[in-house]
Amino acid sequence: MKFVEEYRDPELAKKLLERIHRRSTRRIRLMEFCGGHTVSIFKHGIRQLLPQNIEMLSGPGCPVCVTAIADLDKAIALSRLPGVIIASFGDMVRVPGSRSSLQQVKAEGSDVRVVYSAQDAVYLARDNPDKSIIFIGIGFETTAPTVAASILQAEQEGIDNYYTLSLHKLCPPIMKAILDMGEVELNGIICPGHVSSIIGSYPYRFIADDYHIACAVSGFEPVDILLGVDSLVEQIEKEEYKVEIAYRRGVKPEGNPPALKLMEAVFEVSEADWRGIGIVPASGLRLRERYRRFDAEANFDIKTEPSHEAKGCICGSILRGINTPLDCRLFCKICTPEHPIGPCMVSSEGSCATYFHYGDGYGG
Amino acid sequence: MCLAIPALVKSIDGYLAEVDIDGVTRQVSIQLTPDVKVGDYVLLHTGYAINVIDEVEAEETLKILKELSQAQ
Repeated sequence: MKFVEEYRDPELAKKLLERIHRRSTRRIRLMEFCGGHTVSIFKHGIRQLLPQNIEMLSGPGCPVCVTAIADLDKAIALSRLPGVIIASFGDMVRVPGSRSSLQQVKAEGSDVRVVYSAQDAVYLARDNPDKSIIFIGIGFETTAPTVAASILQAEQEGIDNYYTLSLHKLCPPIMKAILDMGEVELNGIICPGHVSSIIGSYPYRFIADDYHIACAVSGFEPVDILLGVDSLVEQIEKEEYKVEIAYRRGVKPEGNPPALKLMEAVFEVSEADWRGIGIVPASGLRLRERYRRFDAEANFDIKTEPSHEAKGCICGSILRGINTPLDCRLFCKICTPEHPIGPCMVSSEGSCATYFHYGDGYGG
Repeated sequence: MCLAIPALVKSIDGYLAEVDIDGVTRQVSIQLTPDVKVGDYVLLHTGYAINVIDEVEAEETLKILKELSQAQ
């Protein structure tokens, strides 16, 4: 596939690795924010290929994983209302809530459909005019504009039975929250490639300027990731911190202005509840007043009981970067991809699932 | 979740486009990339083109990488 194969070239990867080994002299800790990066790093064995003085940590960039259990309980409560069809991305359906999961309520008779796209949920609404279609809107800045576009499409086509439960979250504010918590010391951050394709590189500048942490926006193929690490090593060695785009074919400094405009037209910034972190101000998106008629929270009576996390699950501290799956006593013993206890084992890009599938002899 | 893959735009009809993803044809939304043209490659995420791939930058990156590998 064009724009993929070239960036998997083993010779180029080898040369980049040689340069990283040659230039990296300090003991440093880098975080890849995005779950997609975590998967790629593990799949291609990048952790083992980097010099031993470079430690890689996984961040909270997995939307399924960071969805608060209270919000998942809301989605489950909505699925039990009469005349409702829940439309959701696949991974979300399997995540255990406090008492059930969307998969379980589906088995009990609720109508829960897995969709590939928010647009598919709009079509579901068009084809089922006597039902209320509620799309579970999870995702960062990559996905939020697509959901905004789906709402505008529903409005234009006069579809009045389409709703979204907006659980969208924003990356730069949570990066700031994690840095301010001070639980983990970082020298560099691999910034998310496709979030940045929308928001650009400017929103991360505070990390380099105020926290003196190197930033590189990276793509997802092995050579892309090594380019990102190479940039971080160079910045750290020179003590010159900036935000470098190491994924120039997909990311412009200003991002994608039409997509940003559309997202800002439909959503406004709000607080958000993050699993393992709690409520973080100005780190989420809710529908603007003008689009309230598409807002599931405003249009349905959602009744939930108090939420609680699964006993023993440490997804929260794994998402904050202070633990790894290997620190969890449920990992691989009770919690597996077949019988997940926490979301990080459900999502294909969750840290626990990634350790299970690609870690050395941890899992299957 | 933020996975996006390259897709080649084959035809455009309003806010929908037909794209080729490594031999598979699919209809996608181009609401987020209103300036896209037939023949462009886009980054496709959950049925939406989220950006147009910059081919010039892609070639430039590969050129730098190849120079690097020859220099050593």
